[in-house]
Amino acid sequence: MNWADLNMIPAAPELFMLSAILLILLVDMCLSDEQRGITYGLSLLTLVGTAAVQLYTYTPYPVYTFSNMFVADPMGDIVKLAMYGTTFLVLVYTRQYVVERDIFKGEYFTLSLFALSGMNFMVSATHFVSLYIGLELLSLSLYALIAMQRDSIPATEAAMKYFVLGALASGLLLYGMSMVYGATGSLFLQDVAKAITGGSANHVLLVFGLVFIVAGLAFKLGAVPFHMWVPDVYQGSSTALAMMIGAAPKLAAFVFVLRILVQGLGPLVADWQGMLVIIAVLSMAIGNITAIAQTNVKRLLAYSTVSHMGFLLLGLIAGTPEGYSAALFYTVIYVLMSLVGFGILLALSRAGFECETLEDLKGLNQRNSWYAFLMLLAMFSMAGIPPLVGFYAKLAVIKAVVDIGLIWLAVVAVVMSLIGAFYYLRVVKYMYFDDKQDNSPIVVRGDMKLVLSVNAIALLVLGALPERLLVLCVEAMKQSLNAL
Amino acid sequence: MLTLTHFLVLGAILFAISVLGIFLNRKNVIVLLMAIELMLLAVNFNFIAFSHYLSDTAGQIFVFFILTVAAAESAIGLAILVVLFRNLNTINVEDLGRLKG
Repeated sequence: MNWADLNMIPAAPELFMLSAILLILLVDMCLSDEQRGITYGLSLLTLVGTAAVQLYTYTPYPVYTFSNMFVADPMGDIVKLAMYGTTFLVLVYTRQYVVERDIFKGEYFTLSLFALSGMNFMVSATHFVSLYIGLELLSLSLYALIAMQRDSIPATEAAMKYFVLGALASGLLLYGMSMVYGATGSLFLQDVAKAITGGSANHVLLVFGLVFIVAGLAFKLGAVPFHMWVPDVYQGSSTALAMMIGAAPKLAAFVFVLRILVQGLGPLVADWQGMLVIIAVLSMAIGNITAIAQTNVKRLLAYSTVSHMGFLLLGLIAGTPEGYSAALFYTVIYVLMSLVGFGILLALSRAGFECETLEDLKGLNQRNSWYAFLMLLAMFSMAGIPPLVGFYAKLAVIKAVVDIGLIWLAVVAVVMSLIGAFYYLRVVKYMYFDDKQDNSPIVVRGDMKLVLSVNAIALLVLGALPERLLVLCVEAMKQSLNAL
Repeated sequence: MLTLTHFLVLGAILFAISVLGIFLNRKNVIVLLMAIELMLLAVNFNFIAFSHYLSDTAGQIFVFFILTVAAAESAIGLAILVVLFRNLNTINVEDLGRLKG
């Protein structure tokens, strides 16, 4: 390979972010604990700067670089921008919370940014090695972030559990990759797809590998029957970390699944479709039904995540570009909604008190009607009640499966979202129709209040005008998949 | 004469042992970490066997990456284990039941 021909431009945002992280690491060493705000500011600046570089280097068609191991395409760009925004919001929301819990340290920011760059590589990878490295960079950063609360027993237990199950998932994924490599003789996703279409690959070996890959991916997404870790990790880790795990990594995991299953193993669509149908139906059913029995809000949101992953898979099951873009739309919207839900929990927590159970939300309307309203928006949107954007997200994925004639699957999805509405509405009932039990004032930093309000109102605004974002997703998906 | 199948069967046996090790082990968290390590080695075995059979070096390069990541992973795993031991004074898997609900 000739170094002069190496085109770095498509990877410019990642390179910018990595250099900025190294700089932050250096600067942070020279700061005292009182000056930690500088690290915080630099991290936010890095995110804004990376987003700017991303927009500046945007191309409306896929560009390959690093010997075709890295691709910058419109779909990846949209997801990356969404991830920068999400991480920005997470850092703003969790600031007060982590200060009160004594984890407002340099590592908190650098590890979050390393996790973000891992997600970026996951999104842009087109080779099994780069996919794996991106995934591990994300996972290892998250394990360390959860374990940062060294003196908390639930947090360390959650870190251990997440570590063991995450490693198991990576192992399954790798085992599947080795089988696909053996069958097709290549680690490049495009070449894998070509070899399968060409018929030169051993079909038994391929399907054997596919089973392991789907299991590994379901683990990473947190879909039934590989969802056991989700509620435990959400409950055990601090609310800040639960929010971080539930937001941007879901976007990255979605593109990761899309790259492997559609771009790499696309010709095997008939084989993985059936597996995903089972996973999606079980996720929607078990996620929604188990959530009803929960009294802990974090566990409730965890099971709601499981059910949302089921809905997201509906879009992939469709196996059409419309279906994929509906799933992309669903993921972005889901992340927006979960940020509001966790944001409210963070706002209600204070030093020495964690807002965790449904009881803690009682009478929120009497304590502060604005936060109660924001939570109401998030809950209604997750339940899929019409004026809010969650409804259009559900509509898009259900329409995708109706289009391929799987009417029964659409009916199951609608019934499950009705069951789901029960526990979302119960949260609203606790907030509006029960008397308050906790009289302490809600103290929230001004910037967080503003951003949280904008975030929640966005659910309403996007609900009124969902077309722009939906069209954007459809166009990006078309551009990115055409090049195959 | 050893064929590709022999290596694949060995890889599959190692993989199965490690998965069983993770799910059946009720005694010690360190055994869990060992099982995870074994799982990655089973995958490496597969990659090397295929790489030799296909006369393609890409699989062997992948093994180097997996080994490196496995080293980082066990470092983090052991660090979490130390923190856990300081909090609980035990590394018995059965004592980690606090989060079941």
